[in-house]
Amino acid sequence: MDAEEIIKDIVIEEISKEEKIKHSVETESLTVSFNGREAISDVNIKIRSNAVTAIIGPSGCGKSTFLRSLNFMHDLTPGAKVTGTIRIHNKDINEFDMIEVRRKVGMVFQKPNPFPTMSVYDNVVAGLILNKRYKRSHLNEIVEKSLVLAGLWEEVKDRLKLSAMALSGGQQQRVCIARTLAVNPEIILFDEPTSALDPLSTSAIEETLSKLKKEYTIIIVTHNMQQAARVSDFTAYFFLGKLIELGKTRTIFTSPKEKLTEDYITGRFG
Amino acid sequence: MIDYYAKVSKTHAQRRKLKSAVMIVLCVIAAFVALLPLLYIFFYTTMKGASSLNLAFFTELPKPVGETGGGMANAIVGTFVLVGLGSVIGIPVGLMAGIYVTEYSKSLIANIVKFVTDVLSGIPSIIIGIFAYGVVVLPMQRFSALAGGFALGILMIPTITRTTEEMLKLVPHSLREAALALGIPRWKTTIRIVLRTASGGIITGILLAIARAAGETAPLLFTSFGNSFWATSLDGPMASIPVQIFNYAISPYEEWHRKAWAGAFVLICLVFIVSLIVRLATRNKYSQS
Repeated sequence: MDAEEIIKDIVIEEISKEEKIKHSVETESLTVSFNGREAISDVNIKIRSNAVTAIIGPSGCGKSTFLRSLNFMHDLTPGAKVTGTIRIHNKDINEFDMIEVRRKVGMVFQKPNPFPTMSVYDNVVAGLILNKRYKRSHLNEIVEKSLVLAGLWEEVKDRLKLSAMALSGGQQQRVCIARTLAVNPEIILFDEPTSALDPLSTSAIEETLSKLKKEYTIIIVTHNMQQAARVSDFTAYFFLGKLIELGKTRTIFTSPKEKLTEDYITGRFG
Repeated sequence: MIDYYAKVSKTHAQRRKLKSAVMIVLCVIAAFVALLPLLYIFFYTTMKGASSLNLAFFTELPKPVGETGGGMANAIVGTFVLVGLGSVIGIPVGLMAGIYVTEYSKSLIANIVKFVTDVLSGIPSIIIGIFAYGVVVLPMQRFSALAGGFALGILMIPTITRTTEEMLKLVPHSLREAALALGIPRWKTTIRIVLRTASGGIITGILLAIARAAGETAPLLFTSFGNSFWATSLDGPMASIPVQIFNYAISPYEEWHRKAWAGAFVLICLVFIVSLIVRLATRNKYSQS
């Protein structure tokens, strides 16, 4: 067998593997523009289920825009226009109700934003009780489960009735994660979840992330490349609104295919 | 050389300190001047009014000239009814207009509404009274509590709309996003998250509007008119404290002047107590301060 054939075999093997792999999110020529100016253009990406996919790239490259388009958050920005398709579990998101998409695709934001008028407990169940009635015992169960998963239960189990604002920034962010988990989404988007936090809180949240991927598909936008390397299985590099490269995190960080990715990773740019 | 500079900077520093002291003194004087009328009004009404107060003032109807005793029971109840009617119109309209402007409208409509409410809040209250006279009193062919409540309601709308708007604007956008990202419908996000977060400021605005409405005389003069007896229905004339004070104050009778002072004192106390109760009742247990 000569080299060419070996490569062919590997490619075929990769392709057949690819078919068995499940993808939670797929986009096809996704373009988002604000008042006619394109923030991301022609993005084709497949996000693996039950894995952490990190999205990296310099400021203004469209990372957040991409993330926000996945659960209709762009809808809040006046002048936003989306073309192309986004599929969640092989179904076009426009076929879902907007509310339904947002319940399937949860989101944790850059700055901790617990509801200031609510207790820790009420914050966690906010997404549930503001939609329909639940039994108290059922809610108690969900609160415990979500807070345990968010790695906060031990710290707040005696202070559930306290204002969420009384917690530290890192704890508040984990309340926000628990709040997202309580709604039981399938995919969770993290938009630079640790950039406003200290290193200790950051590592607590990173630990949570790696626990979460067993049950959820996770997409995280981060400015911190070490973080991307630490927490993610796959990494996508965005530059000037385009997806440059998507691959296994180790591959992206050691031997990226694209020159642009390499420049960014090695710090020659960005 | 060095001495020269030291000398200059020393006198310069002295002059600077002197200027600072003068400005501080001016500010303190201005603060006193601003507070003085308020304190004066408060003490003067208390002095003049509190002494004329007795139980009868709260329980009895006004007596005719020449008879001593009697009270303002009908006017006190009337003020509550009129302000209540005004609130029924003013609070929902003002609140919803404020919500619409900040949460749902495009900037052009928001600016138009803002401009109109600003103009409306600048309209003298007597003109609003005339408007209510034309819109309610003339078609109904009589003075009525309804007309008075209508006038007060219109008076309350701009204050409530503007404070609602300003307070909602202070709620960070990230809270709305957080709620929507949880799959909470927009209207519930507005009511249960945004409005609740801003409730403290909005309630202050509503209280200001109520306090102002409670003390308004001009728009009531030719709408609810006044009444020496108990009003039996909302479509008849009704007494109110401010109008009663006005009628008593312009009368030549010493006894009525005393009643007017007592009425003024009661009015101030009512506004104060209502503010206090609402504030305590709606105090947010998680509010920070």
